Amino acid sequence: MKPSPDTLPADEATAVENPVSGIDQSSGNFRYEMDYAFDAGTGLTENTVRYISEVKKEASWLLDFRLNALKTFHSKPLPTHWATKDLENINFDKIRYYLSQGLKPKRTWEEVPDDIKKTFERLGIPEQERKFLAGVEAQFDSEAAYSNIKEIVSKQGVIFVNSTEGLREHPELFRKFFGKVIPTGDNKFSALNSAVFSGGSFIYVPPGVKVAQPLQAYFRINAENFGQFERTLIIADEGSEVTYMEGCTAPKFSTSTLHSAVVELVALKGAKIQYITVQNWSSNVFNLVTKRGVAHEMAEIKWIDCNIGSRLTMKYPGVVLKGRKARGEVISIALANDGQHQDTGAKMIHQADETTSNIVAKSISVGQGRSTYRGQVHIPKHLKGCKNNTECDALLINTNSRTDTYPAITVKGDRNAVQHEASVSKVNEEMIFYMQQRGLTEGQAMSLAVNGFINDLARQFPMEYSVELKRLIDLEMEGSVG
Amino acid sequence: MSSLEIKNLHVSIGEKEIVKGFTLTINSGEVHAIMGPNGTGKSTLSKAIAGHPDYKITQGEVLVDGKSILELEADERARAGIFLAFQYPSEITGVSIANFLRAALQARLAEGEELDASAYYKRLYDKMDRLKIDRKFTSRAVNEGFSGGEKKRCEILQMAMLEPKFALMDETDSGLDIDALRIVAEGVNAMRGPNLGVLLITHYQRLLDYIVPDHVHVMYDGQIVKSGDKSLALELEAKGYDWVKKEFATASAR
Ligand SMILES: Nc1ncnc2c1ncn2[C@@H]1O[C@H](COP(=O)(O)OP(=O)(O)O)[C@@H](O)[C@H]1O
Ligand SMILES: [Mg+2]
Repeated sequence: MKPSPDTLPADEATAVENPVSGIDQSSGNFRYEMDYAFDAGTGLTENTVRYISEVKKEASWLLDFRLNALKTFHSKPLPTHWATKDLENINFDKIRYYLSQGLKPKRTWEEVPDDIKKTFERLGIPEQERKFLAGVEAQFDSEAAYSNIKEIVSKQGVIFVNSTEGLREHPELFRKFFGKVIPTGDNKFSALNSAVFSGGSFIYVPPGVKVAQPLQAYFRINAENFGQFERTLIIADEGSEVTYMEGCTAPKFSTSTLHSAVVELVALKGAKIQYITVQNWSSNVFNLVTKRGVAHEMAEIKWIDCNIGSRLTMKYPGVVLKGRKARGEVISIALANDGQHQDTGAKMIHQADETTSNIVAKSISVGQGRSTYRGQVHIPKHLKGCKNNTECDALLINTNSRTDTYPAITVKGDRNAVQHEASVSKVNEEMIFYMQQRGLTEGQAMSLAVNGFINDLARQFPMEYSVELKRLIDLEMEGSVG
Repeated sequence: MSSLEIKNLHVSIGEKEIVKGFTLTINSGEVHAIMGPNGTGKSTLSKAIAGHPDYKITQGEVLVDGKSILELEADERARAGIFLAFQYPSEITGVSIANFLRAALQARLAEGEELDASAYYKRLYDKMDRLKIDRKFTSRAVNEGFSGGEKKRCEILQMAMLEPKFALMDETDSGLDIDALRIVAEGVNAMRGPNLGVLLITHYQRLLDYIVPDHVHVMYDGQIVKSGDKSLALELEAKGYDWVKKEFATASAR
């Protein structure tokens, strides 16, 4: 463990140049050697938690919250009774839980340390910021290295900071909603996150404010044997609107990396939150994320979730439809390539009359890749006028791939309506031959087939993100043919 | 001026030999019609030339301008100028005709070169107008929910856009009513010329009233059993395929 902040000045952090040689430098697969100012060491004990809390100079209630969460984490078994046994391969003692070069994110890219800046430049973040974003937070391992919001947006009263800053600057607002949508004990990994969380965004949009451009966070894992545990809390006050987008990458290590975030959304009366994820984790990442939102009366929460890469992703974005006429939506795309398992889905918990939910999940399994859809739609008996539509489509590319669908829909009473459709299709050889006969390579044909399969969903994304998604799919598919 | 030479071609599917020594040379500018009863190996021949991985060429050669194409993948053969208008074209969910053709043309450009989008659309719309295809068609997914006639017109549109050296047209007339047939034939006739060689596979002589071939070959049991000019098609029409079967049977019995 590095000395905590009282004994070590943050500026002792030095960045070493030269990216590690020998790894593929394309896409997200590159890294720079770092010397971290703050390092909680390897393994997870009470001291790890205390270290993180101390580094962040947190209030005592939060340290207690974290320590309690650690107990919960230890007391909960891995959910292998329903989920994959691969979870047992996570060695919690070998993970580094906190690594940072300093706690205060920079407001301009010029101030960001060179190698970190270069990393984000290679990922295209500053360029996207200039082009179409209202604000950006760029997290490097445990903390945001850069965070900025356009003046025009901050002038409207919109708060967009990292979780540490949110806690420090807006403690009341933060505490009011924090851990309320997803309690610590929701699952083993939400407990883990609650114990060691660092980074992530805190967003507050005042009543009636409609943020015209998206806010974006980019999560970058750079260190080996590392765990990233960001915590995001978004509060859209009455009648406000906001779109938040997140991207993530990590270099490919031979050892496994853990990403375990908790994301809580609160859409107050009539508010709209759209949360878009385009994840491209390398194939050594365990990605175990809990995401849920509460939609109050007339409010709307839409999760757009694209999962590409990772070794194992378990993620079921949910919406608690708490107020009358609230709407929830999950649009999910998962691509499981060789050796990957995408275990994704959606949860819709109806708690008020006339609430509606829509789930469209599309999965693509390639080679030995495996996709699992898990849905949960809950409409209790006393409600009326509720609607759910669930649609799951799976595309299999070659016979080894595997897909499972577990759509648990519990609808009680007869005053509610549900619709469920599922399909499994295969990319057939004739279709690939047809496309090749027009001059496309096998890889191009495959990616066109996959892009076609998800086209009706991708069209709903902001342009920049559907372009990015297409690019990622092309990369995956090109790589997947001999 | 190009040539497509098919020499003593033998093609098997699995263990079964389907094409049994097929020989024919097509020069650009020429239209060769192949007629033959169902199941005689016409589609197998065209798919094997186009490089379908399931169709094994056990003997013989296919040469374009004297160079063998048999080592090439299907997409390489396509880019070398071979176009197959499928008897049963595949549906491609979610991929619009416009995007599909754009990708196909883009695949023909050198690395780093970008297709000029506005020129592309101009050309596409021009070809569509000629084939009397509604422009709205470009945003529909390739062949998805198309009628038989629409599928065939879509094949001709692709052929017109990709400008192959040799077109293998597999029963492009089947399933077309007389108006659609006329439009498709006009499309092909418009493309005829010194830069295109055509292998026109058909079961019926009817198509040959509209696309008049330079040569007619009768295929039976995996090979050409009779060749002639367009009058052979009429003779075949008059006498029926039984005539071929009988004649061939006696010929091989001798
Ligand atoms: N994919 C296939 N698998 C097995 N047999 C096939 C396949 N395709 C065609 N055949 C067989 O090959 C023979 C020739 O078929 P085909 O080439 O389609 O004839 P044509 O086009 O002249 O009607 C037929 O006996 C048919 O059953
Ligand atoms: Mg046929």
